[in-house]
Amino acid sequence: MIGSDGTVLLRARSLNKIFAGEGVVVHAVREVDLSLANGEFVAVTGPSGSGKSTLLHMLGGLEKPTSGEIWLEGKRVDGLSQARWAMLRRRHIGFVFQFFNLVSNMTVADNVELAALMGGASRKQATARRRELLGELGLAAKADAAPARLSGGEQQRVALARAMANRPALLLADEPTGNLDSAATTAVLGLLARAHADGQGILLVTHDLRVACTADRVISLFDGMVVDDAPMTIPHRPMLLPDVLKLRG
Amino acid sequence: MPLLALLAKEPAHGYELKSQLEQVFGEAYPAPNIGQIYVTLQRLERDGLVRSQDVVQTTRPNKRVYELTDAGREAVVEWVDKTSEGPRVRDEFFMKLALSQLARTSDRLGLIIRQRRHYLAQLRSLSELAATVDRPVPRLLIEGAILHLQADLDWLQRCQEELL
Repeated sequence: MIGSDGTVLLRARSLNKIFAGEGVVVHAVREVDLSLANGEFVAVTGPSGSGKSTLLHMLGGLEKPTSGEIWLEGKRVDGLSQARWAMLRRRHIGFVFQFFNLVSNMTVADNVELAALMGGASRKQATARRRELLGELGLAAKADAAPARLSGGEQQRVALARAMANRPALLLADEPTGNLDSAATTAVLGLLARAHADGQGILLVTHDLRVACTADRVISLFDGMVVDDAPMTIPHRPMLLPDVLKLRG
Repeated sequence: MPLLALLAKEPAHGYELKSQLEQVFGEAYPAPNIGQIYVTLQRLERDGLVRSQDVVQTTRPNKRVYELTDAGREAVVEWVDKTSEGPRVRDEFFMKLALSQLARTSDRLGLIIRQRRHYLAQLRSLSELAATVDRPVPRLLIEGAILHLQADLDWLQRCQEELL
């Protein structure tokens, strides 16, 4: 399911979301077009309130667009029922959130295995996949612990393992480092980079530009609109710091 | 001043000072130009902060070794003790942004977007560099530059919010 052949994995056209409550109408997402190729890593960034989380939630079927189209792996999905979306997420989409959202009364291992089982794996396959993932993420020793016994960084790694349990073509991450210190952020970014190198398509929403700049492409949102969508250009030589020290004598 | 501070440890000649600077600050520091170092040393000597003497070498040309004078040592102590200015008050980008409207040359959003792409590319480049550096002094130097860049990016966002 995973591959970086340059074909379109996810596409959104003229996506809008309008929240209307007690006399207030908020146009959270306006006419957003975006596409993600198989195996591509794209960051969506913008200040808080710019609509980036709402956009991600629509792309993952957690929020219904007011108008517009969403295509996943060549199929139009914006009109699907909740149940069909749930099925799609179990098989094709991995989700990671800022607050981990692990099931607190299940062990770390069961959290990951459950995701694999729900994606259609056999018991044996689920166990094997869980071993493999927790091993890769350096969490094998914590398999039998309750999530609450783990640090925030460890819980986020478990959440990543859970999201990847079904080898989804698309990983959606909503501020996955928003609640982590810098060491844990570095670890999570390292895992994303490795998944990306393995051909995982990733759409990551973050307000942290240090996180965003690790992607292949950065989309900037402002007031619900895309104001920039550009590939990261990486200078060939490492940059020097021209003015940090001057020989003034 | 960095040259004076290095000389406070021991007398040295120009090339030694150059390689010491490179060694302390690592890759992130632009390799100082040896000509610039000699010009600076000459100025310091004229100002009475260092003195020099030629050391005779048998197999190679003589070398000129510099050492601090008492005035130079005092200047180093004073320099180290004094609090330092913040990074900057003037910003060329902001000049362009503020004045571009008067000149009617521009698309200010375009200006901000291009600058953001440039900062993001620098941020990426420095983050990758930081990951390869273990020694604390060069790593902290890079980390400082990264934090400044992040502040610049936040500030760019503020410019976008308030001026557009």
